[in-house]
Amino acid sequence: MKALIPLIPFLPLLGFVLNGLFGRRMSKAAVAAIGCGALLGSLLLSAACFNQVAATGPMHTVAYNFLTVDSLRIDFSFLVDQLSVWMMLIVTGVGFLIHVYSIGYMHGDEGFWKFFAYLNLFIFSMLLLVMGDNLVMLFFGWEGVGLCSYLLIGFWYANKDFSKAARKAFIMNRIGDLGLLLGIFLVFKTFGSLTYSEIFARIDSVQPAPEILTAICLLLFVGAIGKSAQIPLYTWLPDAMAGPTPVSALIHAATMVTAGIYLVARCHPLYSLSPDALQIVAFTGLATSIFAVLIGLRQNDIKKVLAYSTVSQLGLMFVALGMGAYATAMFHVTTHAFFKALLFLGAGSVIHALGGEQDIRQMGGLRKALPVTFWVFLIGAFAISGFPLMAGFFSKDEIFANTYAAGGRWWWGLAGLGGLLTAIYMCRLLFVTFFGTFRGTEEQKHHLHESPAVMTLPLIVLAVLSALGGFLNTPHFLHLGTPQWMAHFLEPVLRNTNLRHGGAPHHLAESTEWTLMAFTTSLALLVIAAAYWVYAVRRSVPLADAAQVRLTRLLANKFYVDELYDLLFVKPLEKLSQILFYFADTWAIDGLVNGVGRGVEAVGARFRKLQNGNIEYYLLAMVAGAVLLFLTLHL
Amino acid sequence: MLEVVKNIPIDYYVYLSSLLFCIGVFGVLIRRNAIVVLMCVELMLNAVNLLLAAFSTYLSDAQGQILVFFIMVVAAAEAAVGLGILVMIFRNTKTTDIYSLDNLKF
Repeated sequence: MKALIPLIPFLPLLGFVLNGLFGRRMSKAAVAAIGCGALLGSLLLSAACFNQVAATGPMHTVAYNFLTVDSLRIDFSFLVDQLSVWMMLIVTGVGFLIHVYSIGYMHGDEGFWKFFAYLNLFIFSMLLLVMGDNLVMLFFGWEGVGLCSYLLIGFWYANKDFSKAARKAFIMNRIGDLGLLLGIFLVFKTFGSLTYSEIFARIDSVQPAPEILTAICLLLFVGAIGKSAQIPLYTWLPDAMAGPTPVSALIHAATMVTAGIYLVARCHPLYSLSPDALQIVAFTGLATSIFAVLIGLRQNDIKKVLAYSTVSQLGLMFVALGMGAYATAMFHVTTHAFFKALLFLGAGSVIHALGGEQDIRQMGGLRKALPVTFWVFLIGAFAISGFPLMAGFFSKDEIFANTYAAGGRWWWGLAGLGGLLTAIYMCRLLFVTFFGTFRGTEEQKHHLHESPAVMTLPLIVLAVLSALGGFLNTPHFLHLGTPQWMAHFLEPVLRNTNLRHGGAPHHLAESTEWTLMAFTTSLALLVIAAAYWVYAVRRSVPLADAAQVRLTRLLANKFYVDELYDLLFVKPLEKLSQILFYFADTWAIDGLVNGVGRGVEAVGARFRKLQNGNIEYYLLAMVAGAVLLFLTLHL
Repeated sequence: MLEVVKNIPIDYYVYLSSLLFCIGVFGVLIRRNAIVVLMCVELMLNAVNLLLAAFSTYLSDAQGQILVFFIMVVAAAEAAVGLGILVMIFRNTKTTDIYSLDNLKF
């Protein structure tokens, strides 16, 4: 088994190389077979790894020595422990379903082969990120997913706006990457190693100062902020909608944005020693969660709504991490991967049926035309809203319970508010899109069709996972199945700790847990019912852009954050580069280069008179030179 | 024969060959006819030959005379190549005036 571990990331890489080099000349069936086959291979191997890890514990294998400089030794080595094997299953599993779905979604695109090549590269990078046993390999994967997101968001690069969105994603990520890189440097300076096991083993012997630890944690967290789209670097994620819908699903569910959560969870021994850093993590998560939810309330682009819900859900995960509930955060990563992939792919199915329409005000009444899509979308929306016994119900409830235990009433209330508002706009999205009457054009109405099986099958699989995924980790007090199964599985690597109570696991009285759950659940149900009343029964349609005033306009325009960043960073940078262009480039550098050229020309104009083509003249010069030489040597 | 040669002071040989060499140099420099220029080159070579032969006799050393033969061979080859080039030039330009050969001028 150990020898096969490197194959898991290698297969998608092979798929990328094959499709990238020869895909143009191959048939679409062959391209799809290679792309999906590589992922299926990785998925099966990951499942085998999972069995092995569950039975015998973590595995470690060194592929080769990447570089050795003095005391720094970096191996290209894979660590397959409970945490990474869990992530591998999510990445390859959800990734595989998205690959299959893409066969249907992208069938008419001329860049079909390129798309699959990029998807495979994306999965490869993400696998490298979660499987590496040191921070350098994590950084490879980190940069890899950044690059792939750029390539895929700008997949339809002929559209200027799309390629701008791709650049925005890349640049925003680079800002975070700088923090990550500095964090890695500081880790090396402090602990003298970049391998996780060595770093954590040396914490006791090195005894770093608390400020240093906090600095490390915060720098790593800056990286996580960029990759996982938190305030202030979240603006790239909603714009990342420019890519084809399967890409959005991949970025939001299986890869990319979960990398930040994984980084913090992986480095939790460091974070647990720095309560200040955890406090900032939790606060950033909470602020992002509420901020994104408020914006999401007034978005009318089906994918934008989902994008803001991702941002807010990621915020909730960071709240969980900040509360020391690492296993709970991983649980929410898992359920979120299921229902967010489902929602995006469902949205893709809707967009596909409407021939590219993304505005929910132009949809409505789609439940009869797209029955499969409707039902799976319903499951996804209910799962994210916290409908009882669905995936999001369990994972969100666990986050709220942990927040209550570690942070107290206020934290719980604010986190719960974020969750509640999520339910509002997800139901708004669901009911506006699928209920009421069709508001699109006659041509679209005529064209409406359910997606082919290759697209609906992955949706159905994801719907089942979204409905039942919560049973992976049921709370103790409900006595359903094996309680806390996932938390027990992850326990050797990470477990929920409560810093307020000396690092002991969170513990609440059963009655408190019952009360909390009953409260949030009844509110969620109330919200769903209210949304049904407003949008399905009374058939309210969201306002047109021009009709929005004051607060709703502020929300619809995303609090003008993009405009603010434009004013604060982009415009001054543009001005600066214009100044540099004029003074440094045109004046100094061009002047220097042209000056040298002109100087040479002027000197040459004088010297070329020597070369008059007259042989006698040359000979005379030669004789004169010889005579001169003779005279100087002998006189 | 050797005595006859040695009867003339060595200075005379030096003067004569210097004179011949200078005539050759000036001929090359000022004449326009390519054939004359070639002849002047021969003149310079032979001036050197004369000097070498004279010194060789005075110093009773055969090396100088051997060198003369080498120079003669090289001069013959040079004349053959030079005249060959000249014939081609004449065929192409209908002139042997070397002033007209300034195509390489910038």
